[in-house]
Amino acid sequence: MRVESHPVLGKLEEAPMVTITVDGKELKARKGEMILAALLANGIIVNRYTRKRHEPRGLFCGIGQCTDCMMTVNGIPNVRTCITPVEDGMKIEVQDGLGVWRDEN
Amino acid sequence: MSAAIEAASAGVKVLVIDANEKAGGQLFKQIHKFFGSSMHRAGVRGIDIGRELLEKCEELGVEIWLDSLAIGIYDNLRVAVDRKTGFNEHKMILVEPKKIVIATGASENAVRFPGWTLPGVMGAGAAQTMINFHRVLPGKKVLTIGSGNVGLIVSYQLMQAGAEIEGIVEALPKINGYAVHASKLTREGIPIYTGYTVLEAHGKERVSEAVIAKVNPDWSTIPGTEKTIEVDTIAIAAGLKPLTGLAHMAGCQLTFDRFLGGWAPIHNEHMETTVPGIYIAGDSTGVEEANTAIEEGKLAGTAIAASLGYLDEKEADALQEAAWERLKGLREGAHGAERTQAKEHQLHAYAEYMERRGEVG
Repeated sequence: MRVESHPVLGKLEEAPMVTITVDGKELKARKGEMILAALLANGIIVNRYTRKRHEPRGLFCGIGQCTDCMMTVNGIPNVRTCITPVEDGMKIEVQDGLGVWRDEN
Repeated sequence: MSAAIEAASAGVKVLVIDANEKAGGQLFKQIHKFFGSSMHRAGVRGIDIGRELLEKCEELGVEIWLDSLAIGIYDNLRVAVDRKTGFNEHKMILVEPKKIVIATGASENAVRFPGWTLPGVMGAGAAQTMINFHRVLPGKKVLTIGSGNVGLIVSYQLMQAGAEIEGIVEALPKINGYAVHASKLTREGIPIYTGYTVLEAHGKERVSEAVIAKVNPDWSTIPGTEKTIEVDTIAIAAGLKPLTGLAHMAGCQLTFDRFLGGWAPIHNEHMETTVPGIYIAGDSTGVEEANTAIEEGKLAGTAIAASLGYLDEKEADALQEAAWERLKGLREGAHGAERTQAKEHQLHAYAEYMERRGEVG
């Protein structure tokens, strides 16, 4: 959910939107926002499952330190989504374990 | 930023390397008015101070590399920088400055309990970054762990962003932060459970409830006092610790002090560490407040300008003295005596270490 209005910060300014896909599903994201923020705005909170126990992981530090929010982006695994901005057409996948490197091109 | 501004105003050529997409550290998520230190920027919001610092840097022609990670400091003050040039594209650059200021800040402490890894359990700072910087709400029903100023302020800001605060848990017998922040929450009817700790969190794909219980003075929990609270978010505000990796790797000596958040590099009154030419400022040499970080930055900046010959000694001394005076004032607030003492320990430890090294060398 987005914080559309705020008593201190005011109204959320309009921004151009881009399209990303998450596990094949198309989503709209604000241009330049972090992948994680776009996902949270769309109610997605699981970013990956751990390798051994397949436990879900999501946002923990939000500033690129903890690596809990890593996902596979454009075929590249272990991308910290809280500090990686969206780009139009980005393919994002919930990551299983350590992920697999794939050449998308 | 403050070190950069001080040095650059004296004529030093400054490059700021910042791992984030924006410089200014955590100021841009601090939308509250600073409080407690009447002499210095009280009543001004963190975001506004951040904006001012950025403008000043621009005015002075300070070069800022964003999305750039200083990954190591090697012999002769050489710094390796991993600079992001696009999605999954990086460039390694070697920078060879005459002086270095480390101002890497701090990271949040975690509290570990069964279920702490569930999505929805996060650092309070993470929740704050989401609402105030990225403008997304990480959850709607929040339990906050910790009633220090971070726990109180973030809880209030989550409310401002539209979340409901189900409660704040504090293991100490009393609220740990300023009363002014706590009363904003209690006025809204938010329960602050003092003398309670979190036992565990339940949930499948996301936290759905938290179990809290009363604690004895020895921190053991009291059976039969458990309370289950329905939540979708747990925000952990259990303090911060200095980010010392870069300084440690460069060989800076550290000491431990619980009032400063743990291990931190020791330094002299100019903020120079035990590695000549490497200075340190802010939370990375002891967790305090934004205002103290700014003053320590000024100390480092003027000291560097003086040592490179851009400031004459008298001028530098006056600036340093004024900054120390302001620091003294800032350290009169909460836990001020402990912090003052801890910072004095760092100065003593530095002096002792340098003397010992002199004898050996």
